[in-house]
Amino acid sequence: MTQTRYYRTRSPEPEKEKTGGGGGTAMRVIVPLQGVVQGRGGLVLGSIIPCALFYFLQFYLKRNRDDPDDKNESNSTGQNPTTRSPSSEHLTELPGLTRSLSRALLSPRNSGPVSISARVSGIVKGGDSPYYMGLKRVKEDPYDELDNPNGVIQLGLAENKLSLDLVKDWLAENAREAILGNGKELSISGIAPYQPFDGLMEFKVAVAGFMSQVMENAVSFNPSQIVLTAGATPAIEILSFCLADTGNAFLVPTPYYPGFDRDVKWRTGVEIIHVPCRSADNFHLSIAALDRSFNQAKKRGLKVRGVIISNPSNPAGNLLNRETLYSLLDFAREKNIHIISNEILAGSTLGNEEFVSMAEIVDQEDTDRKRVHIVYGLSKDLSLPGFRVGVIYTFNEDVLAAARKLSRFSATSAPTQCLLISMLSDTKFVRTFITTNWERLQRMYVQLVAGLEKMGIKSIKSSGGFYCWADMSGFISSYSEKGEVELWDKLLNIGKVNVTPGSCCHCIEPGWFRFCFATLTEKDIPIVMERIQKVLKPVN
Amino acid sequence: MVIEIEKPSSVRLSKVAISKTHGEDSPYFAGWKAYDENPYDEVHNQSGVIQMGLAENQVSFDLLEKYLEEHHEASSWGKGAPGFRENALFQDYHGLKSFRQAMANFMEQIRGGKVKFDPDRIVLTAGATAANELLTFILADPGDALLVPTPYYPGFDRDLRWRTGVKIVPIHCNSSNNFQITPQALEAAYQSAESMDLKVRGILITNPSNPLGSTIQSSILNDILDFVVHKNIHLVSDEIYSGSTFSPSEFVSIAEILRNRNYKDAERVHIVYSLSKDLGLPGFRVGTIYSYNDDVVTTARRMSSFTLISSQTQHLLACMLSNHEFTQNYIKTNRERLNKRYDMIIQGLKKAGIECLKGNAGLFCWMNLSPLLNEPTRQGELELWNIILNQVKLNISPGSSCHCSEPGWFRVCFANMSEQTLRVALQRIHKFMEQRKVCSVNR
Repeated sequence: MTQTRYYRTRSPEPEKEKTGGGGGTAMRVIVPLQGVVQGRGGLVLGSIIPCALFYFLQFYLKRNRDDPDDKNESNSTGQNPTTRSPSSEHLTELPGLTRSLSRALLSPRNSGPVSISARVSGIVKGGDSPYYMGLKRVKEDPYDELDNPNGVIQLGLAENKLSLDLVKDWLAENAREAILGNGKELSISGIAPYQPFDGLMEFKVAVAGFMSQVMENAVSFNPSQIVLTAGATPAIEILSFCLADTGNAFLVPTPYYPGFDRDVKWRTGVEIIHVPCRSADNFHLSIAALDRSFNQAKKRGLKVRGVIISNPSNPAGNLLNRETLYSLLDFAREKNIHIISNEILAGSTLGNEEFVSMAEIVDQEDTDRKRVHIVYGLSKDLSLPGFRVGVIYTFNEDVLAAARKLSRFSATSAPTQCLLISMLSDTKFVRTFITTNWERLQRMYVQLVAGLEKMGIKSIKSSGGFYCWADMSGFISSYSEKGEVELWDKLLNIGKVNVTPGSCCHCIEPGWFRFCFATLTEKDIPIVMERIQKVLKPVN
Repeated sequence: MVIEIEKPSSVRLSKVAISKTHGEDSPYFAGWKAYDENPYDEVHNQSGVIQMGLAENQVSFDLLEKYLEEHHEASSWGKGAPGFRENALFQDYHGLKSFRQAMANFMEQIRGGKVKFDPDRIVLTAGATAANELLTFILADPGDALLVPTPYYPGFDRDLRWRTGVKIVPIHCNSSNNFQITPQALEAAYQSAESMDLKVRGILITNPSNPLGSTIQSSILNDILDFVVHKNIHLVSDEIYSGSTFSPSEFVSIAEILRNRNYKDAERVHIVYSLSKDLGLPGFRVGTIYSYNDDVVTTARRMSSFTLISSQTQHLLACMLSNHEFTQNYIKTNRERLNKRYDMIIQGLKKAGIECLKGNAGLFCWMNLSPLLNEPTRQGELELWNIILNQVKLNISPGSSCHCSEPGWFRVCFANMSEQTLRVALQRIHKFMEQRKVCSVNR
C-alpha cells in the first residue's frame, strides 16, 4: 500500500513572514518546564544565578586540580559527559578539550611515558557512548536470517540498504569502463595523477545535477560553488573550522545527530549550544528557542557564530517548512551569524510534505547568501557511504576559497569520482533509483510505525530520513536518562536489537528512541517487533 | 533629508579561514600558476613552461595499466558484483583488512623483508598530507612545537601548522656536510624552541629526504632516536619515498633501527607512508600512519573518520598489492627507471656546468646554483628563480621555500614527464648556462 506522494506542483514564491520581536517575550512565558525561571525578571535571574554558580565551580575546580593525565573527565563505564550530558538550556556543552589543556601544563616533562596531546587524551581514556557501543555490538554479533538468527538486529545505523541492489546492478554492468575509460581507451593516467583536491569539475557537474534531481528540480546548483570532501563528516568539520574560532559556539537544535559532537567540536575547539525542541511541538524548531539560547550565550560571553540545522532532521524526521526557513534567515541576519544546513537526507523524503532547500530560500534573497552553507553527500541518498563523497555548497566566495584549500586533508578518491561521474550522468538510472527508493522507504516506514503502534509505542510523524522517532517513556523504569539507558541496554542485550537512545541525541525529554528502518528487510520487521515485545514491561 | 543606508554587515569567517598559514602565496606555488597559464606540451605548446616543481611519478604507469588490464576483478566487483554490497556500505575506520594486510606486505617488500609490519597498527588516511596533520593533532597541542630539519617539503608549513596551531622550529642543516642532521643541530633547535617558550613535542624527519633526494644514514637515525628518547618526545618518520630509492640496500627505515634495539622506546615512533609517490597514484588519496604506540593507533583511527579512503579504492588496491608477482616486479622496475632518469638529469646538468647534491632516492635532485646568484641572499635566489621561470620557462622550486639556510639551491623534479620532455628541459638549461657564460666573458 502506498500513500499518495506529495509532489511539488508549483514554482516557489517568496513568502516571507517576519517574526515580530514582541512575540518572543510572550512565547517565553508559555513554554513548559521553563515556567520556573521564565518571565521577565525570572529570565534574567534564572540565567545569571546558575551561570555565576557555574563559573565559581569551574574556577574552584581549576584551582584545585592536580591530577595527572591518567584521571580524566570520562570514565570507562560509558558516562562520557560530552556525549550524554542531560540537555539543559542553562549549561553549555563543556568542552572537555580546553578544560584539559591545563593538565598538559602540569604534567612534568622528561618523566614517564611520552605523552600525547591534551586535546585527544580524553578521547583515549574515555568510554564509548551507547551510540558507539551499540554499533560495536552489532559488528561483533550481526543478525543474519540464515547464519545467525540470534544475532543483534541493527536499527542504530542510518544506512540505506533498501535500494542498494539497483546500484549494484548498474555497477556490475558499467564499473570497469566507468573507472578507467569513460568510453575512451582504458588508461590509468587519467585518474592516477594529482587532481584538484576539491574534486574534478566533471564530477562537480554530475553531483550538482544529482542534487537538483533529488530535490525535484526546485533549485539548480552551480558546480563552481561545490567543494567535494571525503564524506559529509569532514564537510561539517571544515565548515566548523571556517566559520568559528576555538571557543566560539554554534546553536544546534536538539535532538541532533550524535556525530555532530565529534564533527563540530573535537579538533576545532568549537562548542555546541543545545536548543531544545519538545514533543509538544513535535520536535519542530522554534525560532524563539533559538533566540533565547542566543541571548543566554551572549550573557555568558560565548560568541555564537552560527546555527546548524538538519533538514530533514535526524532523528525526528521533520522537514523545515518555507516559513521557518525564512524566519531562520531573518534570525541569522539579525544576529549576523551563519547558517549551516545539513541536507544529506534531502532525497530520502517520505512523501507527505515538500522538501525546501536553503538554496531555494536564498535564490530570491541575494543579500543573505553569504551566510548560508549547505552540506550534502552520497552516503544516504545514493547508499554509498563507503565511497566517501561529501559536498560543501556555499554562496560565500571566502568560504569557498578556504574550504577548497582545506579539502586537501579530506579529498575524494579519483577512481571513485570517475565511477560516479558515469553513474550520475545516467539520468535514466538516477530517476529510476530516486523514485524506487522513495517507494521502498515509505513502505518500510509505514510497516515499522504500524508494528510499534500495536505495542503502544507512538512516534512522531516523520517526513524524511530513515528513522522512526518513538516515545517509549511509558516503558522506562524512571523518567530519567538512567531509566532510558537501562531500557536501551535491555533492548540491546536481551532483545538483541540496537536502537539509539534519545540521550545520545541530547533529547531533553527522556524515553525517546530512534529506530532506523532502512537497514531492514520486510521479513525483519515482525522479528524486531517480537523481540521488543519480549523486553517491554509497562511501568505503572 | 539624508537617508542613511546601512550597509549590511558582512558575516565574518574564522581566523583559520583567513590565515595565510596555508602558505599558498609562496613562490613554490606561484610557479605553478605560471605553469597553469602556459603549460608545456610536446606537440601543441613547445615553448610553454615545463613543470619541474611537482614531485609526481609517471615513469611506471604502464606497469599499473598492464595489471588492471589483466585483472578485471580489481576495478569491478566481478560478475554480478558479489562483494559490492559490503564494499559500498563499508565505512569502518579500521579499513578493509585485506587492504591493510596488502599495505603491510608492500611496506615490508620495500624494506627488503628486513622488518615486519602488523596490519593492525596501520591507520588509513586520505593521503600522507592528512596523515601528517592527523599525527600533529595527536602528538601536539596548539602552541607546541615540532622540530623539522631544513630544507623541508614546503607543504609541511601548511600540513603541520594550519589547523593544528602547532609551530615548526627548524633544525638547520647545511652543505658543509651534505645537509646531514647532526646532534649539535638537534640540540640547537631544541634550545631555540625553549628560548621561545615553546614546548617541543617531537621531531619530524623525511627519509628519504625531500627536497634533498637522499637517504638518511643509519648512524644519524640512531643519533636522532637517542635524542628523542633523551628528551622524551616523539619521532615521526615520513617514509613516503622509501620505494623510490635507486638501490634497495641504501635505504634504512626507522623500523630497522627499532628492530635492532628490540623495539625498546618504540612507543614514541610513528611512520607515515603513502602510495602517491612510489606507486604514482596521488589521485587515489591513499596514506597511512604506522604507529608503535597503542594510544596513538586508537586515536588516529577515530580521527581518520575525517579522512577515510574510498572503500572502492581500497578494494582495487588490495587486489593489486596482494599480487606478489606484480609488486616485486613493480618495485624493482620502478627503482631502475628512476635511477636511469636521475643519471640522465645529473649528466645533463653536469654538462651545463651545474653541480647537484649526491642523491640516491626520490623524484627530484637538489641543484646548486649559488655560483649564479647576483647576491648570496634569499632575494638573489628569488631573482634567479624568476629568470628561470620566465626566460628559461622552467618551474623549479627555490630552496628558500624549503627553508634552506643557504641561498642558491633548487629542487628539480624529473619523474613527472616523458624522457623527451626532460631532454628539452636539459637543452634549455644548457642554452641558458651558455648564454650566461657568454655574458660574463663579454663584461
